[in-house]
Amino acid sequence: MLYRTAGQFKTSYAADHALFPVRQDAWLLGVILLFAFVIFPLTASEFTFKALLTPVLVYSLAALGLNILTGYAGQLSLGTGAFMGVGAYACFKLITIFPEMNVLVAILASGFFSAAVGVAFGLPSLRIKGFYLAIATLAAQFFLVWLFEKWAWLCNYSSSGSIQVPTVEMFGTPVFGPNALAIVQYYFVLGVVALITIAAINITRGRIGRMWKAVRDMDIAAELVGINLMKAKLSAFAVSSYVVGVAGALFVFLWRGAAEPVAFDIALSFRVLFIAIIGGLGSVLGNFLGAILIVALPVILNTLPATFGIPISSAMVEHLNTMIVGALIIAILVIEPHGLARFWQIIREKLIMWPFPH
Amino acid sequence: MDFLNSVFVKPFADMVAAPDFLLQVLWEGLVAGVLYALIALGFVLIYKSSRIFNFAQGIMVVFAALTLVGLHEKGVPALLALPLTLLVMYLLAVAVERVVLRPLINQPDMILFMATIGITLFLIGFGEIIFGGENKVMITEALYIPTGSFEFEPFGGFLLIEQKDLTAVVGAGVLVAVLLLFLNKSRIGRAIRALGDDHQAALSVGISLSTIWVIVWFIAGVIALATGIVWGARAGVSFALEVIAYKALPVLMLGGLESVTGAIVGGLAIGILEKLFEIYWGQPLLGGNTESWFAFVLALIVLLFRPQGLFGERIIERV
Repeated sequence: MLYRTAGQFKTSYAADHALFPVRQDAWLLGVILLFAFVIFPLTASEFTFKALLTPVLVYSLAALGLNILTGYAGQLSLGTGAFMGVGAYACFKLITIFPEMNVLVAILASGFFSAAVGVAFGLPSLRIKGFYLAIATLAAQFFLVWLFEKWAWLCNYSSSGSIQVPTVEMFGTPVFGPNALAIVQYYFVLGVVALITIAAINITRGRIGRMWKAVRDMDIAAELVGINLMKAKLSAFAVSSYVVGVAGALFVFLWRGAAEPVAFDIALSFRVLFIAIIGGLGSVLGNFLGAILIVALPVILNTLPATFGIPISSAMVEHLNTMIVGALIIAILVIEPHGLARFWQIIREKLIMWPFPH
Repeated sequence: MDFLNSVFVKPFADMVAAPDFLLQVLWEGLVAGVLYALIALGFVLIYKSSRIFNFAQGIMVVFAALTLVGLHEKGVPALLALPLTLLVMYLLAVAVERVVLRPLINQPDMILFMATIGITLFLIGFGEIIFGGENKVMITEALYIPTGSFEFEPFGGFLLIEQKDLTAVVGAGVLVAVLLLFLNKSRIGRAIRALGDDHQAALSVGISLSTIWVIVWFIAGVIALATGIVWGARAGVSFALEVIAYKALPVLMLGGLESVTGAIVGGLAIGILEKLFEIYWGQPLLGGNTESWFAFVLALIVLLFRPQGLFGERIIERV
């Protein structure tokens, strides 16, 4: 009923290939953006910004980066955490070496460093395939975290070995550091995430995206029809690592405020991987759904028993959270291997057809 | 020149100068390698019979060890706790087959791999809720594992070999021998290998897929328990051990995913080489703690030359 497409005629191929072939999709997105840009900032508390909204956006972006590599180009990566770390350390070095640099430029530029590192560790993908390739990204994961610990230059020789975010202003308002308002940081993150998401949607819909999908489905066949495997795989590594690197810079500079090398360990890689899997590999929307679920779950688990009067320790919450996430992954894979995004797709198709079943 | 000297000359000079220390390093590496090989063996068995890259093998080690220690803490005598733990591992195998593997039959490899990550997380949360997250001490004495140590004096130096390490190496050797005998000589072993060769052909001659999967996961559970006991005796039992379980991945890649020989050779090679590298190159030149990545980088370099690992089956791709 809500999704009835009667009266929406397509008179050209361009209209048929448009981003929103069904007009209601565009309205729905508009409503979501209205919530994200206007209603949440007006109503949310400091805690909501710090514990829910910003983390969801940062994790969504990281998962989007991973999804480009694993979901679209089919190259399994277990090193997302380390690439986020490269982005964060690059951003830290950029703003401490060039304090005059605009923060937006610094954040976006830090992605290029992780893209370069990503391409370097992606080179083996030309020769190693499938599960064997996981070793290349795992090598990146463990080697880079070790490097963050040992190379004191990266954190400007701070005695704790961690990076502390200095206060940096953009147009007179503090954006980084302890003085920045949560709402300013939220808008900053939202802007960057929206920008990169639009770019990602268009890349994955276009020529490059189709090239990646062909390689994912069968790389030899893709090569036979004239796709340059080296170009396809390395561009996937580069774009993916760029997005992941920017997410890493946001992770430290606009959310955490400080980071130790351990923050980028394999647990972070796996958290991002779960978001991508639960959300749905090969989908942009899925990253956001998955991130909402993974970020909100511990918060809900923390508050829910208290409202029912059941005492529960915070350690118990953490264990329960791990267990539930594990069970959720299995459940979602069994019910729908394509994740939450596919659920939405099914619902949407049903709505378009409703009340007729076919 | 100084740098080249410290990379290519000095480490070897040190080795020759203190052969007793070198022997000690080799022994430590060998013991670690045996443990890596055991974990990798569990992976290989499951991969061979079902093409599932079982990420949960590392956590099964921790889970088995925790169950054993937890039961003992509840007052169950050690020799009774051992079969009870085996029973728990069997139930786990049945549950995994029913809940995870059966509904996911015929899905792409990647999906099954992710499902085993789900099992990993579930077991971590479940284990921590039941047994608590703190470090536990393995019940070495109660299991009659000797804890003393032998001391030798080769080349006028000093070499210390702990008896529990020696037990571990001998025990692992026996376990591997029994396993190879079982795989090569028994009916079930043949069925497992048949499944590994070709699922459909195996099904058509009457081999039950689900029974074999339960058996294979149970064997992996037994290996996990053995590894858990040995490892726990060295380092204590806690979920921090899962980090070490990641080490089994490069072992596996180095040896080849399908090869039992590969798992053993790869495990020993990585155990020994990473110790040597850490002591003679890592600590003096790179600031130490190189063990965290050496195995991965080594496996990566080997894979660049042999994409299927040292002993893996040649990868043949058809369109």
